[in-house]
Amino acid sequence: MNLLEQQAANRRRTWLVMAVFVLLVAGLGLGLDLVVFAGGDRVVPVGTLAALGVSGGQAWWGFRHGDRSVLRSTAAVPLHDRLTAAGSEETRHQLRQLDNVVDEMAIAAGLPKPAVWVIPDADPNAFATGRDPEHASIAVTEGLLGTLSRDELQGVVAHEMAHIRNYDIRLMTVVAALAGAILLLADWSARSMRWGGRGRRRDADSGGGGLAVVFVAIWLVAIVLAPVLGRLLALAVSRRREYLADATGAQLTRNPMALANALEKIESAVAPTPAIKRGSAHLCIADPLGLQIDQREGTWANLWATHPPMARRIAALRTMAYAPPAG
Amino acid sequence: MLGIVLVLAVAAALVLWGIGIYNRLVGLRNQKENGWRQIDVQLKRRHDLIPNLVNTVRGAMEFERDTLTAVMDARARAMTATGPADAGAKEGMLTQALGKLFALAENYPQLTANQNVRMLQEELASTENKIGFARQFYNDIATTYNIAREVFPSNLIAGPFGFGPAELFQITEEAERQVPAVDLSIKKS
Repeated sequence: MNLLEQQAANRRRTWLVMAVFVLLVAGLGLGLDLVVFAGGDRVVPVGTLAALGVSGGQAWWGFRHGDRSVLRSTAAVPLHDRLTAAGSEETRHQLRQLDNVVDEMAIAAGLPKPAVWVIPDADPNAFATGRDPEHASIAVTEGLLGTLSRDELQGVVAHEMAHIRNYDIRLMTVVAALAGAILLLADWSARSMRWGGRGRRRDADSGGGGLAVVFVAIWLVAIVLAPVLGRLLALAVSRRREYLADATGAQLTRNPMALANALEKIESAVAPTPAIKRGSAHLCIADPLGLQIDQREGTWANLWATHPPMARRIAALRTMAYAPPAG
Repeated sequence: MLGIVLVLAVAAALVLWGIGIYNRLVGLRNQKENGWRQIDVQLKRRHDLIPNLVNTVRGAMEFERDTLTAVMDARARAMTATGPADAGAKEGMLTQALGKLFALAENYPQLTANQNVRMLQEELASTENKIGFARQFYNDIATTYNIAREVFPSNLIAGPFGFGPAELFQITEEAERQVPAVDLSIKKS
């Protein structure tokens, strides 16, 4: 897949995700209308409109500011703040190097330089977030700076730059924003059902029709499944994008072995990354939960994994390199 | 009557098609020129960094006056380069001169331990990377542009409207083709 096809595929997926989201929200709102506000003569579906309005607003807010809240949740510090606060010369050197490497990769990708953030965590990891290349951020843990060589760091940054260039970050931000909105809505409708419960029973007694009962059943299932579905979607999309970002990153640096070595080092630091919460795991270059993932893909356990098996990614990168690894 | 409509429709379709191709070529040419300016920015930065480096190491490397002069001369020549091929050759010579300087600097422990020198080395190494990546980006986009102006049928538009071929960067120094002899990585393993 070339760049344009990847971007087009991401645009398609973004629209698909948003369509599914609108259907889910409309379904939840309709259920609210049928159950809570049932019995009246009102023609206007208040619940549906309110659900669409509230979740739409929530999703829009998430889309605009989702990157900031992700960064805040990891306690990331802007690189230049960290640089002025840096005590040792060694740290200053590392930070300058990171700044330079991000600059280099932005030039290689032909994109504006993203904001650079440092996460105070000793475990090596990194992620990119934002809504488009003009509003993108790359965050890197202090552990990554201490563990990797310059070339390896370049490989990791290239991988993150690939996520930005392919518009993976936008898809992820949209998915996260929508999942958040659905979570809010499911919570909200579960609450309103509790106080509207009596209305529902009266409605059923008065013979509101089998259709209403079916709707209620579907709606209840939707309330339970909506957050889970949102999560699964984010995971499935994320796993497939990792391979592509590895390949695009290698195309930027023309040095796939450096990224392969970096992944090996990150993998061998099996400790979880405590600063990165479960909610932003799918953004990272390596699973921050420190799980040992099964080598086979598609099994039930791996349905919940945010990343493909590391060994497979490393093997794929090795085949891209011209020469076999030295030593 | 129908005939006239058909002829007009075909003519309109051809004009629209021509406009589409023309606009695509203009877009690619602009991207290509933008890529070229990006290289210039990085080259200028490299030329600005070199006097800093030379001044920092001058005291310690008193006996390497020839090497330092060679670097400054190569820099002066590189600053007067015109066009990708010329710039490629002269920048290549500057890279060689710098490589020699860094190799010699390894013999001076007070330099390798000096934080300023390390920072300058990092900046220069990074600037060289940036030049390389800017060239890579320029070559990619210039190749896309060249293909677009040469393939049929867009060459029918490119020719009359003066979309000239883009010059590509090539490795001109035989030495540049080899693996670089100097290890600028500062990472302690």
